[in-house]
Amino acid sequence: MISSVDGRVTRSRRPSMQSRRKWIGFAFVVPATLFVLLFFITPLAMSGFMSLNNWPLLGSRHFVGLDNYRAIKDDTQFWQALGFTLKYAAIATPVIFLVALGLALLVRKNAPGVGVFRTSFFIPVVLGLGATSYLWVWLFNDQVGVFNNVLEGLGILQQPYEFLGDSTTSLISIVIMVVWKTAGFTMLLFVIGMQSIPEDLFEAARVDGAGRWATLIKITLPLLRRTFALALIVSVIGSILAFDQFYIMTSGGPNNETLTAVYWIYNNGFTYYHLGYAAALSMVLLVILLAISVVQLYLLRDSTQL
Amino acid sequence: MPDAVRRQSGRRGPTGGAIGVPRRRGRSPLPRVAYYAGSGALLLVFLFPIIWLLLNSVKPPAESSAVPPTFLPTHLDWGNYAALGSLGAGIWQYIYNSAVVAVGTVLGTIVLSLLAGYGFSRFNFRGKNVLFVGILVTLMIPFQSIVVPLFLVLHTIHLTNSLIGLALVYITFQLPFSIFLMRNSFEAVPRELEEAALIDGCTAVSVLYHVFLAVVRPGIITVGLFAFFAAWNEFFAALIFMTDQSKFTLPVMLTIVNAGNYGTINWGTQQSAMAVTMFPCIVIFILLQRYYVGGLLVGAVKG
Repeated sequence: MISSVDGRVTRSRRPSMQSRRKWIGFAFVVPATLFVLLFFITPLAMSGFMSLNNWPLLGSRHFVGLDNYRAIKDDTQFWQALGFTLKYAAIATPVIFLVALGLALLVRKNAPGVGVFRTSFFIPVVLGLGATSYLWVWLFNDQVGVFNNVLEGLGILQQPYEFLGDSTTSLISIVIMVVWKTAGFTMLLFVIGMQSIPEDLFEAARVDGAGRWATLIKITLPLLRRTFALALIVSVIGSILAFDQFYIMTSGGPNNETLTAVYWIYNNGFTYYHLGYAAALSMVLLVILLAISVVQLYLLRDSTQL
Repeated sequence: MPDAVRRQSGRRGPTGGAIGVPRRRGRSPLPRVAYYAGSGALLLVFLFPIIWLLLNSVKPPAESSAVPPTFLPTHLDWGNYAALGSLGAGIWQYIYNSAVVAVGTVLGTIVLSLLAGYGFSRFNFRGKNVLFVGILVTLMIPFQSIVVPLFLVLHTIHLTNSLIGLALVYITFQLPFSIFLMRNSFEAVPRELEEAALIDGCTAVSVLYHVFLAVVRPGIITVGLFAFFAAWNEFFAALIFMTDQSKFTLPVMLTIVNAGNYGTINWGTQQSAMAVTMFPCIVIFILLQRYYVGGLLVGAVKG
């Protein structure tokens, strides 16, 4: 009898408790959702609408349909900037990967002192890209810069050279800076990936008489495919969105030769205040990025089969 | 990073093998010496720019701009740091701006992602999964591609040139990763822990406060750490949204130094300004690095 009473009580209480908990749970996620709605979804939706308008910062806007997109087709500066950005991504990504892989192999094991190496290689990652770009502007400077001084001392340079004054050497210089700045991050991803490979596999390989290179190529690298895919996405997307280092180190020069895609959007939006056109450029960039992400996610999915 | 990676991944160290630390048992000590010499040289390469910066910032101002550069300071001199007082609105203004934005971003991100992580992990409501995935998907859309309309949104609600406005934007872009990480932290806690409290009649809020807050603390620190670095270091958004020089954050302040008087660059001031900008990041990272690695582990393994 008691149990039946209990049963009825709990049965009548439970639905109200549950539905209350539903509302409470919803209430917990509401603040974050509002932030995303106001500062993310709203601008994203506006972006599409703005791109169909002639939209100056001050003065009246008017609907122009697809005119902005037609203008992009003939915007040689945009396509040149996009081409340069892809070239930069294509150069920077493999260099970052190789350096990071080398560093990861050095610090993958936990041994005395290895923590100090890991931390040191990683330190540049936590410094801002803006601040480190300024740091390397100084290092690369033709008068007070340390590189010029050392290269002249070694007799490699006869006179001061302006590394950031020419589009080829400035691209190389910026890649060097970015590798220094970001290789530690990719290294850490690789170390995490390598440490998740079961140690027995290495044992078995050693028992079978596999040398270091064979182990690296036959075991470590194939098992790191998922990590590689993740690091690839981070590195490629980061390179395609490059702005800070070019704004600070070359101002896009000389002759706009080192202008990146985001830099061109910035110029249109916040120097010329062609907000509608800048929004259209952003949409094009977004489509390109999503396409790249989809391809890379496909690669990522494929490699989880292991 | 001494034990971070080891502890987090629950694996123990070297048993020898491929490239890396040479086996300890075994023949000559030569490979070990070579390993430490090589890694040590690389360590110097990676730290050189930072050491060189600090070294130059404490040279007398005239020596900091010397052509060619001197190696060691002739004597320690804080002149370059003293000169920061008259830079733009004064260095303290910029430190204050950066601190307000960073603290605001850290606190906001922690509170919002803690609540959302709790909600997504411990409650069931209609549309929960759609909402969660929807928030995560925003990770694929970079800030740079919506910066133009975002500028208009902030302009409309009078939040350009506002430190709080900048923090609100940073919080929004920290949320997807932070909510993902906090939800994982909550998921790792056994249900039994809260059930007793719930049966005792505790409210959902008091369970969060009394039961969970201590348990998910590592997740909170990780979320806060990533938010701090993002807010302190961010350049692009701060450059666009802050047009009033007195509202600049530290990275954007560096644009002022670089311009200098009469087109010349005062390298000494530039160096001390960079040192001030970078210093907190280095200290905070060295102190809390294991939480940083923990966050990467969650992102890399489960993400």
